[in-house]
Amino acid sequence: MSSSMFQVRIHGRGGQGVVTAAELLSVAAFVEGRYAQAFPSFGSERTGAPVVAFCRISDVAIRRREPIVDPDAIIVQDTTLLEGIDVFAGLRQDGYALLNAPVPASELGLVERLRWYPPGRVVTVPASELAQRHLGRPVPNAALLGAFAALTGVVSAASVMAAIRGRFGDGLAEGNLAAATEAYDLVRSDQGSAARA
Amino acid sequence: MLRQIEGSQAVAAAVAACRPQVICAYPISPQTHIVEALSATVKSGALASCEFINVESEFAAMSVAIGASAAGARAYTATASQGLLYMAEAVYNAAGLGLPIVMTIANRAIGAPINIWNDHSDSMVMRDAGWVQLYAEDNQEAADLHVQAFALAERLSVPVMVCMDGFVLTHAFERVDVPEQDAVDAFLPPYRPRQRLDPADPVTIGAMVGPEAFTEVRYLAHVNQLRALDAVPAIAAGFAAAFGRSTGGLVRPYRVDDADTVVVALGSVLGTLKDAVDELRDGGLRVGVLGVTTYRPFPSAAVRAALGGARRIVVLERAFSAGTGGIVTADVRGALPGAGAGTVTVVAGLGGRPITRASLRQVLADAHGGRLEPLTFLDLDLRLVERELARTPTG
Repeated sequence: MSSSMFQVRIHGRGGQGVVTAAELLSVAAFVEGRYAQAFPSFGSERTGAPVVAFCRISDVAIRRREPIVDPDAIIVQDTTLLEGIDVFAGLRQDGYALLNAPVPASELGLVERLRWYPPGRVVTVPASELAQRHLGRPVPNAALLGAFAALTGVVSAASVMAAIRGRFGDGLAEGNLAAATEAYDLVRSDQGSAARA
Repeated sequence: MLRQIEGSQAVAAAVAACRPQVICAYPISPQTHIVEALSATVKSGALASCEFINVESEFAAMSVAIGASAAGARAYTATASQGLLYMAEAVYNAAGLGLPIVMTIANRAIGAPINIWNDHSDSMVMRDAGWVQLYAEDNQEAADLHVQAFALAERLSVPVMVCMDGFVLTHAFERVDVPEQDAVDAFLPPYRPRQRLDPADPVTIGAMVGPEAFTEVRYLAHVNQLRALDAVPAIAAGFAAAFGRSTGGLVRPYRVDDADTVVVALGSVLGTLKDAVDELRDGGLRVGVLGVTTYRPFPSAAVRAALGGARRIVVLERAFSAGTGGIVTADVRGALPGAGAGTVTVVAGLGGRPITRASLRQVLADAHGGRLEPLTFLDLDLRLVERELARTPTG
């Protein structure tokens, strides 16, 4: 069962929407007819404090309810966490890391990390900037999920868009969809150029 | 309808589909999402015949539920932890009066030290209050149990607690087939109280009973609650026939038939336990799981039947009695011949500590090898407790 299960850990700060991100990802998997389980970690609930949420995706029903300690992917909403927390803890050798940053991972002090993982697995996307431009607010969730679909292929872009559309009202959905689409395209083209390099 | 939904939202939808006429609640984590959703549903007008009453405390919440139920309304409330303790006196009254109130417990630890996270200390306190207690394994069961709980409560005229692990279930987003209104309407007939407070036809409910009859009142309540041992499986079977899925019932055996070692547990840990048991089975260990869905009344015969072949029994508990040990263990032992010799207790997941497959595999392998003490605290930080014990004066 483990082999068909994909596990994601999402790091952020209270108020940035890690729980919403995990829930949206689970809805994207549900849209595809698969099983998904999203849950928060319930540490400190203060705004700005480091928080974690989890999402499991599987083709069969998910029974376990332990925190994810060996994720297949991590999503980091806020790279200021990198100084205090080992967000890479337990990330599988063949895993993916998606970070919200306007600069490449090599400029985030992650040069060592980049050597540990296959090329193209540790990726940044300027999710806050995309959100600011499309929504007028730097809420990175939708863009990160679009980028996640492009990076991992675990859920399709269409499923992520369906999850976003289902969550947000008309006014907010458009901006979130635009941010997710641009992030998806950015990562796709980066992956394309990485493959060519 | 199949939805990817938070456990609290699924439960709120299931409760709403039961058409409660009075919902009264005081918010407390991790119950809040349930009653917030229900208050929004009532405010939207979707539950036209329902009144949502904001009360000033949990004591008032249960008191209002008692009044509403006695007046003939289908009444619902929800709480957790300190909230359940604060309503304790009224909880006993609801049972003593035989009022079919349904209450969700979003299971949470009890302070001090204050802790908002999950364990079973709260509902275990109310084990002897005269309510039926049902424990949900996942959010599908949590939603379905509420529909079954109203049917059970009104059939027997007894209050029912549906216990679901706080945060672990209440805040988990997963696939739930939310019971549809039409199907619930067909399954759950309108509430017809056995007697009700009516100014046009006055009766007294809850008058003082002296020594000459108090024992008899208690005896009759006991006999009535034992009827749930027949009613619970019957209602679960009816639910399965109507909704096409099997939830509820007395106990849930998993791979126990040829098991040498069986672990008994309640609630959401059962899923993790089943994965751990599958992994141990792959390694050649014959282990199984017995989930206890109905904890009060305790289904002794069903437990005895399911555990009959096992040599070693582990009761995994998310609460314990200081100075004694396991709480559920005492029930399990009482159900077994020879007072359940070879039954050990593992206390786990207190105050929200995650119960991991790795720890479960280890403790079950130890149990299988006969290496477990009668009472074990899973993942206890020995360095921390020994340091503290060393500087504590004794005697």
